[in-house]
Amino acid sequence: MRRDIFQAIADPTRRAILSLLALQAMNPNAIAAHFDCSRQAVSKHLQILAECGAVRPQKQPGREIIYQFNLQKMKEIDQWFQPFRQLMEDRFDQLDEVLKDL
Amino acid sequence: MANKTVVTKHPESKKILVTREFDASLEKTWKAWTDASVLDKWWAPKPWKAETKVMDFREGGKWVYCMAGPGGEKHWSGADFVTINHLQNYTTNTYFCDENGSVLPGVPLSQWIVGFQENGTSTMVNIELTFETSEGMEMLVNMGFEGGFTMAHGNLDELLSA
Repeated sequence: MRRDIFQAIADPTRRAILSLLALQAMNPNAIAAHFDCSRQAVSKHLQILAECGAVRPQKQPGREIIYQFNLQKMKEIDQWFQPFRQLMEDRFDQLDEVLKDL
Repeated sequence: MANKTVVTKHPESKKILVTREFDASLEKTWKAWTDASVLDKWWAPKPWKAETKVMDFREGGKWVYCMAGPGGEKHWSGADFVTINHLQNYTTNTYFCDENGSVLPGVPLSQWIVGFQENGTSTMVNIELTFETSEGMEMLVNMGFEGGFTMAHGNLDELLSA
């Protein structure tokens, strides 16, 4: 199964988890408390998010793992998107000129 | 000052939405998007030029054109017109093709819904692009959308060195 940022955000629960973790790092129990689904389901989502690189699990000695949001990975979405945005803007600026003479 | 182009991406639904206002009447704006002689003037960003080979603007018809580069290179694309509601909207299925309009295998398709709305003296254009797969969406955009030609602009180089 593919593991990339698009897989990470393909599921609404995972998107919700990411928006929580974007605010602060949390342990799995604290995350699960925000959702109706089972603790196992949340763990499964966290595992996928970690495999996709969207979150980073951090082990602290004697304490539970906490999950941290990986902003760098989210930026990949913007990176592949930028050339497309630029193309559209270039096109439309030209169309502005064409419309003046039409 | 150019009007703002609003582009939003929705990878989870495999869609990209683009909205842009043009300071021209609905009739003129519609013509600019649907008449090949006008499209050829703006569809390709400089220094590329769009050159239409076939334009059959009716439901079931198609547009076959190339992006011609300054070094003589050509990237062919096609769009099949599915629905056309005059001065309101049209829908196309787009693809890469050879110069005869035959679809190239293994390249992702996208569907375009282009809507037009008169807004006083200007016209709002709303584009909804839907891709078959999110991989297709990534690939198409990574390729610079049409044959990789935006690579020539150095946008991607700048981006990758940032």
